[in-house]
Amino acid sequence: MLKFLAASWRYIDDRTGASETLGPMMKHIVPRDARWWYVFGSAALCCFILQVITGIGLALSYVPSGGEAFQSLKYITEQAPLGSVLRGMHFFGASAMVLIIGMHMVQVYLHGAYKYPREMNWMSGVVLLLFTLAMGFTGQLLRWDANGVWSAVVGAEQAARVPVIGPFIAHAILAGDTIGGATLTRFFVLHVFIFPAFIFAGVALHMWLILRHGISEMPKPGQPVVPSTYKRDYESRLKESGLPFWPYAVWRDAVFSLIVVVGIVVCAVVFGPPVLVTPPDPTTLNVNPAPDWYFLFYFAILSMLPPNLETWVILGGPLVVLLILLFFPLFFNKGERAPSRRPWAIAIVFFVVTSIMILTIYGAKSPWSPDFGAVPLAQLVPSGPMAHSAGAQVFYAKGCIYCHKVDGDGGQRGPDLSHVGDRLTDDELTIRINNGGHNMPAFAGRISHDDLSALVAFLRSQQSTPASAARNGGTLALTGSSSN
Amino acid sequence: MDVQSSSPSGGSPADPEVSRRKFFVFVTAAAGSAIGLLIGVPVIGFVLAPLVRRPPRDWRAVGSLDSFKIGQTVKVEFTDPSPLPWSGITARTAAWLRRTGDTEFVAFSMNCRHLGCPVRWVEGARLFMCPCHGGVYYEDGSVAAGPPPEPLARYAVRVNNGQVEIETSPIPLTTFGS
Repeated sequence: MLKFLAASWRYIDDRTGASETLGPMMKHIVPRDARWWYVFGSAALCCFILQVITGIGLALSYVPSGGEAFQSLKYITEQAPLGSVLRGMHFFGASAMVLIIGMHMVQVYLHGAYKYPREMNWMSGVVLLLFTLAMGFTGQLLRWDANGVWSAVVGAEQAARVPVIGPFIAHAILAGDTIGGATLTRFFVLHVFIFPAFIFAGVALHMWLILRHGISEMPKPGQPVVPSTYKRDYESRLKESGLPFWPYAVWRDAVFSLIVVVGIVVCAVVFGPPVLVTPPDPTTLNVNPAPDWYFLFYFAILSMLPPNLETWVILGGPLVVLLILLFFPLFFNKGERAPSRRPWAIAIVFFVVTSIMILTIYGAKSPWSPDFGAVPLAQLVPSGPMAHSAGAQVFYAKGCIYCHKVDGDGGQRGPDLSHVGDRLTDDELTIRINNGGHNMPAFAGRISHDDLSALVAFLRSQQSTPASAARNGGTLALTGSSSN
Repeated sequence: MDVQSSSPSGGSPADPEVSRRKFFVFVTAAAGSAIGLLIGVPVIGFVLAPLVRRPPRDWRAVGSLDSFKIGQTVKVEFTDPSPLPWSGITARTAAWLRRTGDTEFVAFSMNCRHLGCPVRWVEGARLFMCPCHGGVYYEDGSVAAGPPPEPLARYAVRVNNGQVEIETSPIPLTTFGS
């Protein structure tokens, strides 16, 4: 039997030329010191394959119809056997892919592996990064819950800012004037057909370039890249001490990819997929649209911009970043590769990574959004004389709580008012409430005289020392946990 | 009989071999371009046509005249014009409607003019508030606070045979230079 199989394989191999074509590719010589720093690229590819396969699985049950998608997802999550795990793997696979691509980029940049002759490896990689982020955005949208619907609108509104053709692009995104049945199908085609086609092509180019130029060695201080002699020196060093990729280097790729996939599966089983809460009803207005975590830093940037800079940053920001990322190897393709000789490279990486992390944390907290989940009236327990509970009720009824915190409850958009009684007098409070201020509406004409007096008295009682608070008639203790 | 074995390289411009070559290159390029057009035009036309032919605007009834109290701002829901049969729930839209007189109404689009998130009406404060970046509008739709560059868009409203009707409209877009 074995002899028959062996003979069959020999036949197939002879007619297809499989081993004589793939063999040299698999066994191409790589530097001996290319070890664990080099596993991120293959891990990204492994994540992509995982996404394609889990995506195909999901597509077997997912209905890309504006009206039916939500139900099909609920079916996949709640009823279909292993459906929840599959959705979870697809979600955590996406997160893993973005994370690993980030690590891959940082590693390649810090090792100067983008220098001659590998500039185009880098450039094709940047294009792949772009499409990966596009897949993340369209993928979140395909969840088609209330968040997904509004993501499409916010995306279209940003695109509308492009000069001249903005509204045209916006309507192309929405597949019409408003959200409708065709909007989702459009994003489905982008996510399943168009963007993956580009990614497949980009990966093929990226890997062909790896074979053509070889894997870079670990950088050594004092061994700068000199284009006129690099290839010759690289080849001779490889000949001296290189090893075949298969199996002397590929085993590390396999082990690391295994760790990543195990991580994805464990997260999928333990944490489950993103919860589907509200159906994609455009008439549901009590929503809080937000992107998935890898876009939170951009969400934070847009939210904290002065409004008059917005159009420039929305349009120009990504464009400038893309141009810099794409083309900088053209200007910096020779010289030292070792990070110890490139302090600017280290500084740039540190700055960018820290900024993105801080902005992501900020994006998650979203202090610029009013907190509509702030503690409702029913949980209010005045501990002092009732005189100030009327003012507290006005504080809630007029919506002040949505933007201002008192004693730990409320929004963060405006200043914390827990000790405002220390800072402002009755007159100052009255003026501020009536006239509004920076990013605060004016309440003159929409608050009665009695309500205003009660509110001012309540705010004056918010002081830092209990003694002075008692002097003013008591503080307010709020029960219940904050719903921030 | 002489089998003409033409050399594939060399030859002066007057050489019939070169002009043959040029002709074949031209034919291949022309056929390829024609194939591209024949496939591309219908497909791209199909994708872009809905953007050129806009759906008509329709008047949608949102309630009887008597069901709206003067001075009250309520959320009304209605269906898009010409929705696709499978749109399901996504064919619905909402707006904020206020009766200002006997037969006068004002209808606000619920899309914040900043980046399109839906605004909520806060009755106690008589303000529209957006959950996304803290945009706030006064009851007349003008900007009270936050990043929105323009006031809330309004929809046309009319009273027809005792029914209040809103005209369906595209999502308001904030464009370059706004």
